[in-house]
Amino acid sequence: MALTDRVTRTGGLTATPSSSALKRRRRGAETRAGYAFLAPWLLGFLALTAGPMLASLYLAFTNYNLFSAPEWIGLDNFRMLLADPRFAQSAKVTVIYALVGTPVKLVAALAVAMLLNNARRGQGFYRSVFYAPSLIGASVSIAIVWKAMFIDRGIVDQIGQNLGFDAGGWVGNPSMTMPMFVLLATWQFGAPMVIFLAGLKQIPAELYEASSVDGAGPVRKFFSITLPMLSPVLFFNLLLETINSFQVFASAFIISGGTGGPAGSTLFYTLYLYMRGFVDFRMGYASAMAWVLVVVVGLLTLIFFRTSRYWVHYSGEAK
Amino acid sequence: MSTDQTVLGTAAAVSQESSAQLRRRNRSRSRLGSVGFHVGSLALTAVVLYPALWMLMSSLKPSSEIVGNVSLVPTGASLDNFVTALNGIGGVSFWTFFWNSVILAVGSVVGIALSSSVSAYAFARISFPGRNLWFSLMIGTLLLPFHVVIIPQYIVFNNLGLVNTFVPLLIGKFLAAEAFFVFLMVQFMRNLPRELDEAARIDGAGHIRIFTAIMLPLMKPALVTASIFAFIWSWNDFFGPLLYLKDPALFSLPVALRIFVDQTSTSDYGAQMAMAVLALIPVLLFFLVFQRYLVAGVATQGLKG
Repeated sequence: MALTDRVTRTGGLTATPSSSALKRRRRGAETRAGYAFLAPWLLGFLALTAGPMLASLYLAFTNYNLFSAPEWIGLDNFRMLLADPRFAQSAKVTVIYALVGTPVKLVAALAVAMLLNNARRGQGFYRSVFYAPSLIGASVSIAIVWKAMFIDRGIVDQIGQNLGFDAGGWVGNPSMTMPMFVLLATWQFGAPMVIFLAGLKQIPAELYEASSVDGAGPVRKFFSITLPMLSPVLFFNLLLETINSFQVFASAFIISGGTGGPAGSTLFYTLYLYMRGFVDFRMGYASAMAWVLVVVVGLLTLIFFRTSRYWVHYSGEAK
Repeated sequence: MSTDQTVLGTAAAVSQESSAQLRRRNRSRSRLGSVGFHVGSLALTAVVLYPALWMLMSSLKPSSEIVGNVSLVPTGASLDNFVTALNGIGGVSFWTFFWNSVILAVGSVVGIALSSSVSAYAFARISFPGRNLWFSLMIGTLLLPFHVVIIPQYIVFNNLGLVNTFVPLLIGKFLAAEAFFVFLMVQFMRNLPRELDEAARIDGAGHIRIFTAIMLPLMKPALVTASIFAFIWSWNDFFGPLLYLKDPALFSLPVALRIFVDQTSTSDYGAQMAMAVLALIPVLLFFLVFQRYLVAGVATQGLKG
């Protein structure tokens, strides 16, 4: 390159510019084109994601109510979080929901996916029908329906009484709101089911045939073939559903009328953050809550990826 | 077993026999299983559809008949609830909310389709310094909780006097802020043959021409999938409109629905159901028309509903 440069400079090849100069000019043009095309995302990333992230990190150490200037208070927000029983309650509700709702939903999704995977006919129909709740489950409309179904003397209460199980209205009963939300999550098993189904189709049929010849029963096949072969998909679903479970908002807001009640039993993390930030305008405090969540999600993701090599099976040639 | 098969090695014969037996057994089992499968699937379909059907039927019943009524069939169907729902809230008609939702959803679709495809082209087809760094940052934002950006965003939009406008709800769509869509399109574009751009480049086409004349037409499936999800997510969005829309004349349907629930007496479930049904109709229509795209999109990209 240096040589051709020197040749160029001597004027020997001025009429036809050297290939390296051309390449360099072309690389410059590529860079400019790259950033021009990237501009929408890059601008959005800097202005709507990276900038606000840094700003909320700063706000987390301040007292700010939107009307007077932020006042630096060091770690006070985090200290207050630790002493705040409502914060503890919201963390508890969200963690229980994630720990119970996610596995229940995924087990339902996997069971139905396995049922559908063996279908000769009608698979497409059932797949679409079962997927539909995932599209509308988080909407305000469904929250209203859910509330109406689970109120005192509502239809769920009626069915329960007929079965000799008298829980009264689930909406007003602090110990029954969580099962109600877990049912709402489980009702939306369709999205992970579709992903499981796509994963099941990737498992080579020869594996099952070979194990049948070896005399393996259905249980053995499930644990020795299906589960290991499906583990990358399971990993994906588990990570995504766990993180999604931290985002519950509309349903909790509508069902509790924006209060997180009764007795804080529907005070999901996002709802409490909203109440602190946008009802009480304690934006520093809410920012601290947001960063606690970021750290938790970050750690969870890290743990998922670090432990994945022990339980996620990546086969070299899963066609 | 035919004689020519016995000529084969015994091991092969054994495996032949057992696989034939197996096939026979599987066939009889699958016939039984097929009936069981359909019974199970239909039962599950009934359970899954029940809340939606109950909502639809309840919207036709008088409120007194809704609570505690397991039956789907109304004793006397009437559209009274829909009349109440269409009257809207506080002098603002239902159609105003509907129209606001349409503007937001269509704006989202246009913004996301434009910004995500353009940005995805940079990631998938142009090599420039820093690309890998930006790409990993983009992937990182896929898992980032939205909570961490909403407060500063609100402060900025508030200071700019943009609260109570659609700008805060739409600007992110035009700036590809939802990484899911960029990622979806990058994945799709990477699977398109590179020979196409190389041939176009030899013919003297620049990036703009390659993008508009070659990539965009080929990306139709990805654009359709992204547009459907963009529409439905915007249509159902509650958090954003709750933060930014204060004037009832600007409410989108989910926020209006919430106010409607707060204002109608708690026992007037009929009108609430009617409005909930009206708010879901566009989503259900989209689902019916595009369900293949939706399900395929979820299966390949792991998109959430």
